[in-house]
Amino acid sequence: MIEHVLVGVALVAGGFGGFWLARRRKRKAGGDGVHRILLPFTGTEISRRALDAALRLARAEGGTLMPAYLATVPLQLPLGCPLPKEAAAAMAMLEAIEQRAAAQEVAVDARIERGRTYRHALERLLDEEEFDRVVVPAQAAGGEGLSGDDLVWLLRSAPAEVLILRPAPEDHRTVAAKNGHAPHGAFAVGSATRN
Amino acid sequence: MAGRLKVFLGMAAGVGKTYRMLQEGQAELVAGRDVVIGYLEPHDRPETSEQARGLEVVPRREVEARGAVTAEMDLPALISRDPELALIDELAHTNPPGLEHVKRYEDIAEALAAGIDVFSTVNVQHLESLNDQVAELTGVRVRETVPDSVLGDADEIVLIDLTPEALIGRLREGKIYAASNIDAALNNFFKIENLAALREVSLRQVAEDVERRVRLGGEELEQVGTRGEERIAAEVPKAVGERLLALVRPQASSQRLVRRAWRSAQRLGTDLDLLWVKRPGESIEGECERQVTALRRLASVLGATFLIEENDDVVAGAARVVRERGSTYIMVGESPPARGLARLREPLPQRLMRATPPGVDVRIVAHRKGGRS
Repeated sequence: MIEHVLVGVALVAGGFGGFWLARRRKRKAGGDGVHRILLPFTGTEISRRALDAALRLARAEGGTLMPAYLATVPLQLPLGCPLPKEAAAAMAMLEAIEQRAAAQEVAVDARIERGRTYRHALERLLDEEEFDRVVVPAQAAGGEGLSGDDLVWLLRSAPAEVLILRPAPEDHRTVAAKNGHAPHGAFAVGSATRN
Repeated sequence: MAGRLKVFLGMAAGVGKTYRMLQEGQAELVAGRDVVIGYLEPHDRPETSEQARGLEVVPRREVEARGAVTAEMDLPALISRDPELALIDELAHTNPPGLEHVKRYEDIAEALAAGIDVFSTVNVQHLESLNDQVAELTGVRVRETVPDSVLGDADEIVLIDLTPEALIGRLREGKIYAASNIDAALNNFFKIENLAALREVSLRQVAEDVERRVRLGGEELEQVGTRGEERIAAEVPKAVGERLLALVRPQASSQRLVRRAWRSAQRLGTDLDLLWVKRPGESIEGECERQVTALRRLASVLGATFLIEENDDVVAGAARVVRERGSTYIMVGESPPARGLARLREPLPQRLMRATPPGVDVRIVAHRKGGRS
């Protein structure tokens, strides 16, 4: 009789253990996949503060970081044309971001989006992708990228929470591709980030 | 019998296409052929004009269009002159309204149809399929384009190659443009990076043409040739060009593999195919659909081709595509640790190597450690 009770207890414990392990694994793998944090950026470097904020959020929520390189296509080219130069810049940046994300155990699902302007690329991205939050640096290094108007437009249009990060004036830390053009005074962190 | 077309292809103005065309025309003349200049654009380059000396010139005709008078090739006069060989510069030229044809390559087609052999010249950025790519690489777009089929149908293509440094040297020496235009040219189109990119495109274009011709030759040889000739024809394409195939799955982690594969393809100067071997009946919906769309769009930005092959067996599906696309290089992602009976199975790279034609390399791209993607 006691043997039957012990076997029963062991079976129940095993069942609970398996359920707990499966839940843990699922949560570790990003849960049901709804926690996606979009991080649109332009150019060959990104504010490290914005990236770190997005990574912190993704890590805390067990979510996936979705860095999206916005590429502009000149008017004389078809919108769907290959962009080898832009792709090279994007690839290097995405590699650098993924490296930093990997160190923090954050899943990454990257995109490259084309548009006639950065806002147009962003608009296409909002139309086509699902995400729960947008983290965006107020201005890319060198003053290029999304303008104030673009950010206001993003606040109005994005069907998700928008977090706009404006680094302190003295905070010039960026994450740049190895072959990116970092501003004067930038230095590498790890193999692909600059501070 | 239709004439034969030989095209002198260059990466930019000033590499010496016209000069070489005239040089070969002179050689044909010395060999006893009846050679005329149908149209020559010497661009006020004394060396070019000197090379044309002694060759008969079919006089140009004056054409008035939009208030301007231009001297154009006289196609009817050329055809009635009926030489054995005509040298016709500037294949991509657009004729003014009112002439027999809109484009010069159409004039040339008529001359060929009349049995006249033609030598002509063109720069690589004028090729229709490369126009966008060259515009993206250099920021300069040309309006006069030639269908790729014109080059494809040519009997012979001669690449006139020059290093970017040598071409810029020629430009500085005033051998390409007048002194007043040199600075503008150096600041715009004639930059080392532009010329290096154009040179690469030209070399690749000719390599692909050679490969295509050898393949076609191989097909012909297989029908009528000897066993030895077949073997040579079958082996040559492999020596000419690489083609890279990356085995992907609709997962975010495949993007790293795609990035690695694209970088390798760029270094090898080759085309990239992305292949997902999908189980028959497997539905593409939800997250899978999202990832398939992402891969398709990424392939489009990179200029790669995204393929979906239905097969129960990844290896068999991949091997079929490798044969069909002529891939020489396969990249696969690191497999997750095998469990249970799967441990007894031969690893994917080894199975791929056995299933694909000899000489196809297989490379494994490791997952990034630490991440969950």
